[in-house]
Amino acid sequence: MEKELVVPTMAECLAKGEVPEILFWVGCAGSFDDRAKIITKAIVRILTKAEVKFAVLGTEESCTGDPAKRAGNEFLFQMQAMTNIQLLNGYEVKKIVTGCPHCFNTLKNEYPELGGNFEVIHHTQLIQQLLDSGRIKVEGGNFSGKKITFHDPCYLGRGNDVYEAPRALLGKLDAALVEMKRSRANGLCCGAGGAQMFKEAEKDNKEVNIERTEEALELQPQVIATGCPFCMTMLRDGVKLKEQDQATEVLDVAELIAKAADL
Amino acid sequence: MNWIDNLIFCVLLAGGIYWFARNAQKIRRNILLGRALDISDNLNERWKLMAKVAIGQSKMVVRPVAGILHIFVYLGFIIINIEVLEIIIDGIFGTHRIFAFMGYFYYLLIASFEFLALLVILGCAIFLIRRYVLKLKRFMNKELEGWPRNDAAIILTTEIVLMSAFLIMNAADGVMMSYGKLSGGILLPEFAEAATKIFGEQSQAGKGLYFPVSAYLTGFLPSNPIALHYIERVCWWFHILGIIAFLNYIPYSKHFHILLAFPTVFYSNLKPKGKFSNLESVTNEVKLMLDPSAVPPVSDAPPAKFGAKDVPDLSWKQLMDAYSCTECGRCTSNCPANQTGKLLSPRKIMMDTRDRMEELGKGIDKNGVNYSDSKALVGDYITAEELWACTTCNACTESCPINIDPLSIIIDLRRYLVMEQSDAPAALNAMFTNIENNGAPWQFSPADRLNWKNE
Ligand code: SF4
Ligand code: SF4
Repeated sequence: MEKELVVPTMAECLAKGEVPEILFWVGCAGSFDDRAKIITKAIVRILTKAEVKFAVLGTEESCTGDPAKRAGNEFLFQMQAMTNIQLLNGYEVKKIVTGCPHCFNTLKNEYPELGGNFEVIHHTQLIQQLLDSGRIKVEGGNFSGKKITFHDPCYLGRGNDVYEAPRALLGKLDAALVEMKRSRANGLCCGAGGAQMFKEAEKDNKEVNIERTEEALELQPQVIATGCPFCMTMLRDGVKLKEQDQATEVLDVAELIAKAADL
Repeated sequence: MNWIDNLIFCVLLAGGIYWFARNAQKIRRNILLGRALDISDNLNERWKLMAKVAIGQSKMVVRPVAGILHIFVYLGFIIINIEVLEIIIDGIFGTHRIFAFMGYFYYLLIASFEFLALLVILGCAIFLIRRYVLKLKRFMNKELEGWPRNDAAIILTTEIVLMSAFLIMNAADGVMMSYGKLSGGILLPEFAEAATKIFGEQSQAGKGLYFPVSAYLTGFLPSNPIALHYIERVCWWFHILGIIAFLNYIPYSKHFHILLAFPTVFYSNLKPKGKFSNLESVTNEVKLMLDPSAVPPVSDAPPAKFGAKDVPDLSWKQLMDAYSCTECGRCTSNCPANQTGKLLSPRKIMMDTRDRMEELGKGIDKNGVNYSDSKALVGDYITAEELWACTTCNACTESCPINIDPLSIIIDLRRYLVMEQSDAPAALNAMFTNIENNGAPWQFSPADRLNWKNE
């Protein structure tokens, strides 16, 4: 069933004189991390199914600078930001969807002051719009009766107050959505943010991702859903460490929707 | 009261206010050690936010028990100030219960003061129990050892003692007034009659002014009018002198939040929490690097540090946050780093910032405005290990009842470590290098960015 994906780049569009509706900012994890690439493809399938005219930057894309900025390297961040902004403005990009809350936050909030003004949405928000406008449909799929819990990525939830879009999508699945004790504004971090993803944890008695995974597993869900490739890594590692990977899957909301829509 | 009393009262009051103003002024000066920062946008929204979060305590009740008890104490504090005003007028002019002319409304006021005083006592007692008997986890952290823990105990017990003095004073006064004009004041059969009409005749004090709470204390008081008179006077003096003393305690204490909570919320961050500040000094340099023909902005100011090493490198808002922090620990108890046993505690970040400001301030008091020492906020107060434990998750800013932002301080200090000291953990330096060279935090070639399409 694996159909070849059609993924136009901005450069190709420009050459053909086409103007895409939206730029899909894939992000470094979505481009290089094996698990996250599967999410990227799920997003592409949804966009294709909904006949969204999208394009990616492909090899021209570069890190938004988020991990550098959170780690205090404002220089590197701004170098990245300004180079990216030049590129994006060169393509006259107006609207961007990201597959990662960190790219989403950075592009949406931190680029405008440096000259990059775009409408930026997270993929869960775009998918919600596509469902609401009937451009794609899901039938509840094979999730009926399954227990799903949603882990709020910090930069989607607290960082940008997007709590409902992912939940609205999960609501379409006719599965049982259960909330962890700490959710929404009170959600607990997965442990990856602030550039922690790229370093060893400081001295402690527990890793943050274990604390969070334990909380999720208390609910005995079949699926832990999230909307961030870094949360994905952290929670998957946690579930594996707890030897629960047979019983509990960690999936991105986009993957759930793609599955439910048979994509 | 004779005129000597009035004079003593006036001198003590003026002295108390003067000393308080002097210390408050020092705090203001310390806050202004910080960098200038213009926060004058969205004034309407700011007033609304202040009404909701500071005056309306909307974030306090996220934790209902502490929230509701705090509302008791907070309302008590605000409403009882009306009573303090009466005491001050009485003290200056030698009157007794000058506001009693308000009639029915006065009874209502007195009744509400008394109920609030009771609730304050109750609230503070439960707060003490939570801290010192139940030992709630967030009050047991290391950063509270020593003075901060005593500070909390002093505040709570003082409030209980002051409110008790107020109630005993009323009780004594109530009995005396039921005897007639013994306390040298104004009491008044017609008031007594009105009180009886409004409130019924449940208590002895109903025959005097109506004191709904303190009436229950009258049984413990002697019936001798002279003794009663002295009890009333002693409590009166104790209550008001206690308040003046407490006022002067506040600038030395975390209790300063009762004043600064309001401006702190007013000037709080209105942008999405995920947005970090943009360092303009860096923007200028980066522009020059990307476009050598750009003209550097002319400025007489010394080149700004990148990031913050010490409190003067932080903004006045960040410094005001530190003076407003009441060390409740909600931030720390929700901090993922702290929960998993790491050294970082956002509350400690705020406490350290204040302690360092106080230290610098004392130095300035002694040695003049140009004082500097060899210490700094980074290193001497806050260690790199603490700073590198933060996941920038914003749980702390979300939990703070008055929108204090410890995260912004953490980031400014990280910026200093990275950009001025080149002192980041090795793994992060590797990540920086990858971004610089390959445009990704990992070692992948940019040419492979689209490979996923065909995998
Ligand atoms: S932002 Fe940092 S300090 Fe604040 S709660 Fe999260 S990890 Fe703790
Ligand atoms: S920063 Fe806010 S939440 Fe944290 S201790 Fe201070 S007042 Fe409490």
